[in-house]
Amino acid sequence: MNDPWHMLTLIGEDKPGIVAAVTQALFELGLNLGETSMLRLGGNFTIMMMVSGGGDEQALRARLEPVVETQGLSLHVDPIRAHLHEHVVPTVRVTVRGADRAGIVAQVSAVLAEAGFNILDLESDVAGTEQQPVYIMQIAGVASVPVDEIERALAPLREEGVEVSVSTIETYIG
Amino acid sequence: MALLEILTLPDARLKQVSEPVTQFDDTLRAFVADLEETRRSGPAAVGIAAPQVGHFIRVVIIDCSVTRKPVPNHGHLILVNPEITHWEGYEAGREGCLSVPDYTGNVIRATRIRLMAKDPHGELLELDMEGYEARAAQHEIDHLDGMLFVDRVVSRRTDLFQRKVYQ
Repeated sequence: MNDPWHMLTLIGEDKPGIVAAVTQALFELGLNLGETSMLRLGGNFTIMMMVSGGGDEQALRARLEPVVETQGLSLHVDPIRAHLHEHVVPTVRVTVRGADRAGIVAQVSAVLAEAGFNILDLESDVAGTEQQPVYIMQIAGVASVPVDEIERALAPLREEGVEVSVSTIETYIG
Repeated sequence: MALLEILTLPDARLKQVSEPVTQFDDTLRAFVADLEETRRSGPAAVGIAAPQVGHFIRVVIIDCSVTRKPVPNHGHLILVNPEITHWEGYEAGREGCLSVPDYTGNVIRATRIRLMAKDPHGELLELDMEGYEARAAQHEIDHLDGMLFVDRVVSRRTDLFQRKVYQ
């Protein structure tokens, strides 16, 4: 249980079987998984996973070399502290939509940071067509100020044609 | 009054279907008092269902009067043999559970429901609920049928939150 934790970042061109190959290799090496995120971004498959066991950074890298090689992945390893079982529940959701242009994320996140908003989860996508790309972003996080204050802070973006909505997340526990 | 032990995942008993209550007596009301005390002792629990404490009878408690932002609600409710008779609309919302510690996820629930139930004295209740309270009732009634919210969690990448705009 006291094995050190590492964050593995694995990226490669998407194809069926990457998750199976990687997790099988980890299992055979006797590693344990913590929280993970695995998703396709564009044509790439991206994996970020917390693992424990398997030795230090160098040992992990060496032991994962075969699967990294056969799956055509690139691997990055960082020692981390686990902090498992400490989930933070988001209280506010911000949704942003607009014609794709440089700086939307920077503008929105600057306003949120200024308002003391801690982003827990941000996912953004480019929808539409090549000729007419649309940027869509969903952010969930914890705000230290009331929702209307965030709403007010983001209002100027609306004048620039960006659709922004801010709503409270009331998590039901029962 | 007594604090009851809460069953947590992966306890297979959480999958058990609960039986309707037939006796509206002091034994039932004493159990409801214990269930309420247990709900209140939990971390921010809005509702609780009898099977969560290993009593497989159709009893739930919800109280949606204490949300951060006020929502339409009927206050503190003890629902015995609750049944949803009408559903309308759907929306995603975040849920967690006393029986599933340290995990929350998005679940699709009906926006508006009509519900029939008895109170602990056997009197008939008929309630129209919406939004958060309707979610609470659906989450708890699921427990009576051996269902957990994790059986219904949807991907966080499905853009269901925006659907309301188009309704």
